[in-house]
Amino acid sequence: MAAEPRVIPTLLLQDGQFVKTRAFEDPIYVGDPINILSIFNDFEVDEIVILDIRAARARVPAPLEDLRRYAEECFIPLAYGGGLTSVEQLRQLFDTGYEKAVLNSALADAPEFVEAAATTFGSQSVVASIDVVASSVGEEQVVVHGGADVVGQSPVEWARRAVDLGVGEILLTSVNREGTGQGYDLDLVSKVRSVVNIPVIAHGGAGSREDLAQPVLLSGASAVAAGRLFVFQGPDRGVLVNYLSRNQIKRLFSNSSSGT
Amino acid sequence: MCRRLGVEPVVSDDPEVVKHAAKLILPGVGAFDSAMRYLNRTGLKESLDHQFLNGTPILAICVGMQLLLERSEEGQLPGLGWIPGEVRHLRSGRDPELRVPHMGWSPIVVSASAPLFETMDVDARYYFVHSYAAVPEKDRHVVATADYGGQPFVAAVAQGNVVGVQFHPEKSHRHGKALIGRFVEDV
Repeated sequence: MAAEPRVIPTLLLQDGQFVKTRAFEDPIYVGDPINILSIFNDFEVDEIVILDIRAARARVPAPLEDLRRYAEECFIPLAYGGGLTSVEQLRQLFDTGYEKAVLNSALADAPEFVEAAATTFGSQSVVASIDVVASSVGEEQVVVHGGADVVGQSPVEWARRAVDLGVGEILLTSVNREGTGQGYDLDLVSKVRSVVNIPVIAHGGAGSREDLAQPVLLSGASAVAAGRLFVFQGPDRGVLVNYLSRNQIKRLFSNSSSGT
Repeated sequence: MCRRLGVEPVVSDDPEVVKHAAKLILPGVGAFDSAMRYLNRTGLKESLDHQFLNGTPILAICVGMQLLLERSEEGQLPGLGWIPGEVRHLRSGRDPELRVPHMGWSPIVVSASAPLFETMDVDARYYFVHSYAAVPEKDRHVVATADYGGQPFVAAVAQGNVVGVQFHPEKSHRHGKALIGRFVEDV
């Protein structure tokens, strides 16, 4: 009677508003965070990941007071990422009502901080976010600083490094697919999943509810995350905050016989 | 959460405040040793011991629950030790392939009578995020178990006035809210 895999809305924060992007570019306004979070809270979603896309580039986290107001709307597990650079910031984040800190650029800039975060707060509190971009020749590259810089290691090497630093989970994003609805990059998920023994969350590309099942059933992901799918309706990207019922989630993950 | 239930909680690290509280919630995010070091340094450990012996209702959550045991594989420092036994890594002596931390939602199986769980919904599920789990020496201290990767682990413990839960009721939707509600009102 194992629990179902988690289905996680990812919400992108920019200047105190939720937006949705394609490949983390061209933000479209989705709504006021308090409003959207309270809807997701009513849906009893499994977990929420909030990523501040501007903070990631500026390397300064979203204002703590804002983060506190968001957390007060939610009786659900919350993760935040964007611009986190110190153990003290993480302490404040956790005191404010978040369970997990999502670290991305820090893996490149300050591995000793990532290690200290995992030691101080426990692995389960630290999520490594790995953004993967396919280059024009199809080579997979890990990018940091909101896509501004390429690190010289493959996604698999980068994932191993994250595990060595003590993180408890990997949020694996296919940047090319982010916001496109083309479906997850299943090969990428399989590759990374096979070299780590911590949960991997697949992210980037979910265009339909059926897409959500694939990384779990075919690539061994422990959870799936999606943005567009849960905030937009239809090809015109009209805003409609939505989520699956428990029964829908159960069916989704039990339907296929082509499991792992 | 408490505020939504109509109770104004006092968040405190003042040993005097904790020593005189009518009820206590011992939360926990963090590693075992850093939590114990904090309790030792601030003098909160004495206040908590005092309240435990006093019979004050205490709800310990996640790492807070693990601190109730005598020791943990995660650290070197002794725990509060109110419940005999230890805290072990989820992989210890079990499936070495198990993906740890365990993160996600699980139903629990209540194995002993405990007021906090008596009116639990049949579809109740709770949010877990942990790498370690309590292994009390005596079965009577185990009130609920849950399953991860086909293996049971201890989801809740109790000893007199103290209840510890491995999951996060404050993050478990209405099910967690109901549990905290029962703690705040009844116990």
